[in-house]
Amino acid sequence: MSKLSRASIYAVLVLAALYTLAPLWVMLATSLKSLDEIRDGSLIAAPLAPTVEPWLKAWSSACTGVRCEGLKPFFWNSLLMTIPAVLISTFIGALNGYVLTQWRFRGSEVLFTALLVGCFIPFQVVLLPMARTLGMVGLSDSIFGLIFVHVVYGLAFTTLFFRNYYVSIPQDLMKAARVDGAGFFTIFWRILMPISGPIFVVCIIWQFTQIWNDFLFGVVFAGADSQPITVALNNLVRTSTGVKEYNVDMAAAIIAALPTLFVYIVAGKYFVRGLTAGAVKG
Amino acid sequence: MTMQPDRWLPKLVLSPTLAASLLFVYGFILITVALSFTESRLLPNWEWAGVERYVELFDSERWWTSAINIAIFGTLFIALSMAIGLLIAILLDQKIRGEGFLRAIYLYPMALSFIVSGTAWKWILNPGLGLEKLVQSWGFPNFTFDWLVNPDMAIYTVVIAGVWQSAGFAMALFLAGLRGVDSEIIKAAQVDGASTPTIYRRIIIPTLRPVFFSVTLILAHIAIKSFDLVMALTGGGPGTATDVPAIFMYQFSFSRGQLGLGAASAVMMLMTVIAIMVPLMYAETKSSG
Repeated sequence: MSKLSRASIYAVLVLAALYTLAPLWVMLATSLKSLDEIRDGSLIAAPLAPTVEPWLKAWSSACTGVRCEGLKPFFWNSLLMTIPAVLISTFIGALNGYVLTQWRFRGSEVLFTALLVGCFIPFQVVLLPMARTLGMVGLSDSIFGLIFVHVVYGLAFTTLFFRNYYVSIPQDLMKAARVDGAGFFTIFWRILMPISGPIFVVCIIWQFTQIWNDFLFGVVFAGADSQPITVALNNLVRTSTGVKEYNVDMAAAIIAALPTLFVYIVAGKYFVRGLTAGAVKG
Repeated sequence: MTMQPDRWLPKLVLSPTLAASLLFVYGFILITVALSFTESRLLPNWEWAGVERYVELFDSERWWTSAINIAIFGTLFIALSMAIGLLIAILLDQKIRGEGFLRAIYLYPMALSFIVSGTAWKWILNPGLGLEKLVQSWGFPNFTFDWLVNPDMAIYTVVIAGVWQSAGFAMALFLAGLRGVDSEIIKAAQVDGASTPTIYRRIIIPTLRPVFFSVTLILAHIAIKSFDLVMALTGGGPGTATDVPAIFMYQFSFSRGQLGLGAASAVMMLMTVIAIMVPLMYAETKSSG
């Protein structure tokens, strides 16, 4: 290939990378500018007099609807909701995957396919009955209700992850263990768990990203005090008292994005593996 | 007697998930379908209404705006994400230095919530201080870019933000597919004197058929979930110009107290998903099996 065409390939790739990075840069730069600098300066210019004022306001005093306590309470809501929901759905998914590959019984493949449907439905089609059900059992407007919903509708994916991972484990290993008298849970803990590290990481990262970033369940099922951060961010951006504070909006958006961005930066390899693993079967 | 519990334990372990799926997926779908045939307004009211809610839905101008919008958004979003994703994947496949680093950059938007990216693009595309002002300051004082507040163009801002977020994902899937292509076939073609573009067009891209299927499937799935992105970027506005069915369903079910109509719109969404997914999956299993 000629030097020229290689140079143009690099040029296209670098331009695409810059385009992908541009919104993040604009967000970061805007979040560190004063409103005057935003009005007078350029969208993409670096802040001349950086200030953390917008970040402090976004975190602790900006208004999200009627409350003016910033994103802080909602950040904790999201954490309290996400961590249990991720752990529970991942753990159940691991056991399901174990049963569906190592303890197959008549009809188990059909059941798995039926379970997979849960990955594809538009959630709108379950929102109304779920809202009613949560109300009846006293879980509406609560973080527990959100944890429950995220576990229920996350199981199809977590089961899929573990099933596809465990399906390649040779049956002979299982047979040998059973001959030695190992039972259902012993085999799971002693044989499968030690080799399940990577898939746990993939599944936990996937679930964490999905649940932290969820907006639909949050906006429908959460109450004023149990809103996740995505709902609060949307309220913050929509709440305008006089002057529109773009710098606070951008700081708030970055705060809401930080946990998943952090996970992406430290464990990007596993994140991508989750995306593609979901896609191969999906 | 350790073998005894192993007969029923696996089924017992699986049963909570199956029960949850039966009730919260299949059961709830049936309830929603049932609701869509009733007189329900603010509260569920199980009085039979036949297809009245559907007649109401199809008479609603707002529903048709939503349907047309999701068709425009879905088509452009899928087509552009795929085209850009495939192009970048092919370029990245040319033994590029720093490939891993570039890949990481293209993919980071997938880690963000649509609410975050919607908020960012809302600021970038705002006509007063955003992109418009930037281009004007570059020496084009007459440049205008008001799509965000222009009812005829606002839906395309959703496409811009959506493609920005998802093209990298399409790229990752295509790249994984390209890496799976048998290098012997490519070498044989090179020996025969085929040029690189010809090799891609005639040999490599046709073998990516299954990848095209899964990318389409995933992107269609994301497109239907576009609720978050539209809510953050335009809120369905200006007016109702960027309503999509998910927003219609949310508004009528939870803000306007029209449960029956909300349920009918949800059922239409499910039907659309089935109408798109089933033929795609059928074609995929047929071509791979």
